[in-house]
Amino acid sequence: MSTNGSSQGPLWEVFTQEKSGAPHEHAGSVHAPDAELALQNARDVYSRRNEACSIWVVPSEFITATAPADQDAFFDPSNDKIYRFPQHYSTPRGVKDL
Amino acid sequence: MSYDLDQQTQTALFQYLLRLADDRLILGHRLSEWCGHGPILEEDIALSNFALDFIGQAEALLRLAGEVEDKGRSEDDLAYKRDWQDYHCCQLVERPKGDFGFTMARQFFFDAYDFPMWEALTTSSFEPLAAIASKSVKEAKYHLRHSGEWVLRLGDGTKESHDRIQTSVDSLWRYTGELFETDAVHDHLFSQGIAICLSGIEKEWKEIVLPHLTRATLTPPSEEGMVMVSGTRYGAHSEHLGHLLTEMQVLPRAFPDAKW
Repeated sequence: MSTNGSSQGPLWEVFTQEKSGAPHEHAGSVHAPDAELALQNARDVYSRRNEACSIWVVPSEFITATAPADQDAFFDPSNDKIYRFPQHYSTPRGVKDL
Repeated sequence: MSYDLDQQTQTALFQYLLRLADDRLILGHRLSEWCGHGPILEEDIALSNFALDFIGQAEALLRLAGEVEDKGRSEDDLAYKRDWQDYHCCQLVERPKGDFGFTMARQFFFDAYDFPMWEALTTSSFEPLAAIASKSVKEAKYHLRHSGEWVLRLGDGTKESHDRIQTSVDSLWRYTGELFETDAVHDHLFSQGIAICLSGIEKEWKEIVLPHLTRATLTPPSEEGMVMVSGTRYGAHSEHLGHLLTEMQVLPRAFPDAKW
C-alpha cells in the first residue's frame, strides 16, 4: 500500500454507526500503518464520547470520487427535473391515508 | 462511609488498594507525558486516552482506600499529599517513558497483567472493588489489544524498531517479577476472598506474553544471573518516583486545596 508520501502511514476513511440499525456515516479520516491499527485509531479519535457502536475503515485510496470540474455535468441536470420529486404530483381527491 | 471490617482486614485492604491505585496513577502519569509528543496525532490521542483511563481507575481506587481507612482522606489527599516513601507502586511503572518502543513494551507487560487481574477481581468478595473491576476490565482489554499490536509491529517491523524494542524488553524484564509478589497483606486478603491468586495471574501473564513476543520475533532475556527487582511495595523505590511526584504534586503543594 502506498504511504501517500507521508511518514504517518496511509490514510483511512472512517465511518461510524451511532446505534444498531442506523447507517454508517463518514466521521473523518485517520493515519495508520494497517487495518487493525486504523480501527484502533478510529476508535480513539472518533468514538471517545460514546458516538459509535460500530466502526468501518476503508483505505482512502480505494475511494473513487467525482472531480470538482465534473460538477456541472454530474449534478446540474437534476436541477430542473421537477417531475423527479413526489411533490410535483397532485394527489387525486378521493385518496385517503396517503 | 465506613465498612464493617475487622482491624486486620481494614489495614490490609487499605494497603492493597493503595498498591492497585499507585501502579495506575504513576503509569497514567507516565503515559500523560506523551501528550503532545506522540509519534502521530492518532497515537497521541490514544496514549492520552489510556493515561486518563488509568488515572480514572486510580481515582476510584484511592477514593475507596480513603473510605476503607475512614480517616477522612479524599482521593486528592492520597494522590497529592503522600510522599514517595508512602507510595506502593512497582518500579516497572516508575521507569521514565523512554522512546515509543520502551513505552509500548512496558505497557504490554503491564496490560498483560492488568487485564487478567481485573477480570479475576470482578469476583472479589469486597463488592466496591468488584464494581471498579467490572468497569476497568473493559478498558484493560482494549489497552492490551493496542499495546500488543504495537509490540507486534515494532518487533516485526524494521531492523531499527526491532532492535529498539528488543533492548526495551531486555531492560524491563527484571521489573516484571514484582507484579506477582505476595506477602502477608496479600495472603490475608486472599484468604478472605478479597484479593486474587497472583500465581494464577502470573501463569496467565506468561501465556499472553511469551507466545506474543515470539510472534513479534522478540525473545525474552535469560533470567539466569538476572537480579529481579523486589521490595518496592514496602517503599524501596527507584529515584525516578521522587522526580515524578515533584512534578505531579507541585501545584497542590504550592497552593494546598486550590480550586479551579
